Amino acid sequence: MVEPVTPANRRRDGLARPVFRALGRLGARLAGAIFVLWAVASITFFAVRLIPGDPAQAVLGGPGSQASPEALAAVSAEYGFDQPVFTQYLTQLGRLATGDLGRSYSLNMDVGPLVLDQLGGTLLLAVLALSLAWVIALALATWSTRGGLVAARVGSSLEIVAAALPHFWLATSLIVVFSIWIGVLPPISTDSLAGLVLPVLTLAVPLAGFLGQIMRESLLIALESPFVLSARARGESERGVRWVHALRHASLPAISLSGWAFGSLISGAVVVETIFARPGLGRTLLNAVTLRDVPVVIGVVMIVAVAYILMTLLTDAVSRLVDPRLRLS
Amino acid sequence: MSAAAVLSVRALRVGFGASAPVVRGVSFELAAGECLAIVGESGSGKSVTARSLLGLAGANARVEADRLELGGQSVLGLTDRAWRVRRGKDVGLVLQDALVSLDPLRPIGREIADSLRLHTTLGAAARARRVLELLDAVGLSNPELQVQKRSGQLSGGERQRALIAAAIALNPPLLIADEPTTALDVTVQAQILALLEQIKLSGTAVLLVSHDLAVVSRIADRVAVMHDGLLIETGRTERVLVAPQHEQTRRMVAAVPADKPRGTRLSLAASMPLAPAPIVSARADSTRPTASKPDAAVVRETVVLEAIGLSHSFRRPDGSRQLAVDDVSFSLLRGHTLGIVGESGSGKTTTARLLLALLPLEQGDVQLFGQAWSSVSEKRRRRRRASVGAIYQDSLGSFDPRWSVGEILTDALGRALPQTRSARRSPENLARLTTLLDEVGLAATVLPRRPLELSGGQRQRVGIARALAGRPDILICDEPVSSLDVSVQAQVLDLLDDVQRERELSLIFISHDLGVVQHVSDEVVVMRSGRVVESGSAARVFTAPEHAYSAQLLAAVPRLPG
Repeated sequence: MVEPVTPANRRRDGLARPVFRALGRLGARLAGAIFVLWAVASITFFAVRLIPGDPAQAVLGGPGSQASPEALAAVSAEYGFDQPVFTQYLTQLGRLATGDLGRSYSLNMDVGPLVLDQLGGTLLLAVLALSLAWVIALALATWSTRGGLVAARVGSSLEIVAAALPHFWLATSLIVVFSIWIGVLPPISTDSLAGLVLPVLTLAVPLAGFLGQIMRESLLIALESPFVLSARARGESERGVRWVHALRHASLPAISLSGWAFGSLISGAVVVETIFARPGLGRTLLNAVTLRDVPVVIGVVMIVAVAYILMTLLTDAVSRLVDPRLRLS
Repeated sequence: MSAAAVLSVRALRVGFGASAPVVRGVSFELAAGECLAIVGESGSGKSVTARSLLGLAGANARVEADRLELGGQSVLGLTDRAWRVRRGKDVGLVLQDALVSLDPLRPIGREIADSLRLHTTLGAAARARRVLELLDAVGLSNPELQVQKRSGQLSGGERQRALIAAAIALNPPLLIADEPTTALDVTVQAQILALLEQIKLSGTAVLLVSHDLAVVSRIADRVAVMHDGLLIETGRTERVLVAPQHEQTRRMVAAVPADKPRGTRLSLAASMPLAPAPIVSARADSTRPTASKPDAAVVRETVVLEAIGLSHSFRRPDGSRQLAVDDVSFSLLRGHTLGIVGESGSGKTTTARLLLALLPLEQGDVQLFGQAWSSVSEKRRRRRRASVGAIYQDSLGSFDPRWSVGEILTDALGRALPQTRSARRSPENLARLTTLLDEVGLAATVLPRRPLELSGGQRQRVGIARALAGRPDILICDEPVSSLDVSVQAQVLDLLDDVQRERELSLIFISHDLGVVQHVSDEVVVMRSGRVVESGSAARVFTAPEHAYSAQLLAAVPRLPG
């Protein structure tokens, strides 16, 4: 039964509410983030366990190392592999809760510094790719809604093709064209600017196709809106209509999707970093999975999850900035 | 052409692409301080005409005319750049519904200042001062506070005033208002019309475009009736409304429901080719058939639906609760129509949902034929649901767009939807559907069509057929004619009247339009902010309202002169 609304409790609602609401929103956000991190840690832990083989073997250098049974038993006892799986899980969670990501089996060093060391390169790649994707998408959407029917057709076809391109194919094609045929850009990613171009392009082009489709559609809707007609009737120019009114509306859905896009860029980094032999989280993750290096896998995944959560918070904040209607008064 | 003409149009023709022109030779003139109203139904070409005067008919529009002059200068074939100098300065435009006609992401002050930024060299501070003056001039209270707000934070009337302020920022000699009051409540509508009249009296020429004859008759000096791309009749407002010459004008005047007694036909025979053969005997005396029956007295006193102290509240976004319906009581008598009238946000639709037991009641009770209705479980209610039919305003939204009319009605008849095409076309099913369609004045040819392929009037007829399919005793109609053109509205109102007589239905008729409610109702309930402010027989409430609010509403209803 719903509580009946009386003047008395209506008044009570009105006073201390704003502060409680702000705290409540923050609390809910925090609880949500903790839940996501817990779920990520748990799923990763059990998923890695599902790979067949003895983890102690992985510590001692993989299946080819021919370790003695004594050595295996010693390692099992040291790392707790002889404990029941659930106990291991709880130990792992307890360590994670204190911020300890553990030690790598294969590299024999702490996971924390190892992962943080690789984070920068991948973040740089993802941020550059996201920015470039935005620029391409905006340009494509603006051009295709302005140049008449042919431009609209060409624009939407380009977007669909771009969105459908797989990373590995695009990466190899770019290497063939720019490194082998023309020979202007290195096929192996270095720290130099030139070395960044192909990896960033590989990640940005499919995302640009995807964002462009969304932007073009919302741009068309905005351009047909009565407020745009009102603006034109005031004497606003085509450029003014777009910059003052329509693009702001058109960017809203793309901003909300950018948080998700950032996550997909990091998973795309696994492929790109491997193909371009570029150090980063993606390659670290791939190596760790091949070697069954559970702490590193979990470490990388946790860091990615944190980055994803922060990125979602950021896109939320940007959305609120662009669309004041989202701010609760 | 007189020297004072602000606008002179001769043989304006507008077409899109290769299709036939939608405006086929329109001529009129407008002098300073004069108001001309172009009135027509949707699709008549009136909005296209208005937009052509700003060079905004559309990118693929072909605009031709023998003469098109603004302020004595020809604007035919102007480039977009030349048009931009004139728009806002020589002619202002006010559109319907400022919620979306002002950029919802920007404060209204910025929107209004844009006109000044584009056409003057005023600095930011001077623009801000002028914006406040303008807001004050259009009658917005607290301009300093309101200027920061966006259209979504203002009431319908406030934002329409802001939109008008943006259009008159540069004092253009011509103001074009395209359905400026259509989305507004009746009292607000009256205020906006008064504002437009004041602008007119200050010497601005006003071109008013509307579908509503009664609305424009308030301020227009002359009326031009548009039909199928042509102006079929132009003249002084009183003359056109009192002695219309053209048949289409006569039809439109006859269709205005306000002040027409209960049972009067609104649609002239020629305008309803799809209507079923009328039952002449029932209509000849134009009184209610129940009154002539011997047991009329007994029948009339039976309460079929009773609302007792209904309350319901909604949760606001900030978590607090708002009472949408507050202690509402009334009863519906058999064969009667109970009108519920009120402005937007008064709780009418919530009341309808409570009556249909589609929302949980917080307090009170709804009884159907003296039996519990809202307090029983949905499982027990479901088999009795057929006895209460519902008709909604947005008939398009209330149909599954992928279903054909045949599927919609078969489903409503309460039988399992035949899976095969042949079963759907079985003579038995077809006969049932044809009977139903016949009753609402539609031919069986609409059966394979989907809702999108129907006109607004046909859709609402299908909506009525669907409501009748379950053989209900009660129909709950929530704004059933609000989105229809006035002549289609007249046909649908007449149709509802017909089915009510034939089936002896009891109707709850909800509308924001007092004219419509007055025309259809036996009893009336006036709602405001979720409460009933007055109720009683329609004749009494509409002639001698007891509550100040009812009187105020009534005074604001646009009526035809004479």
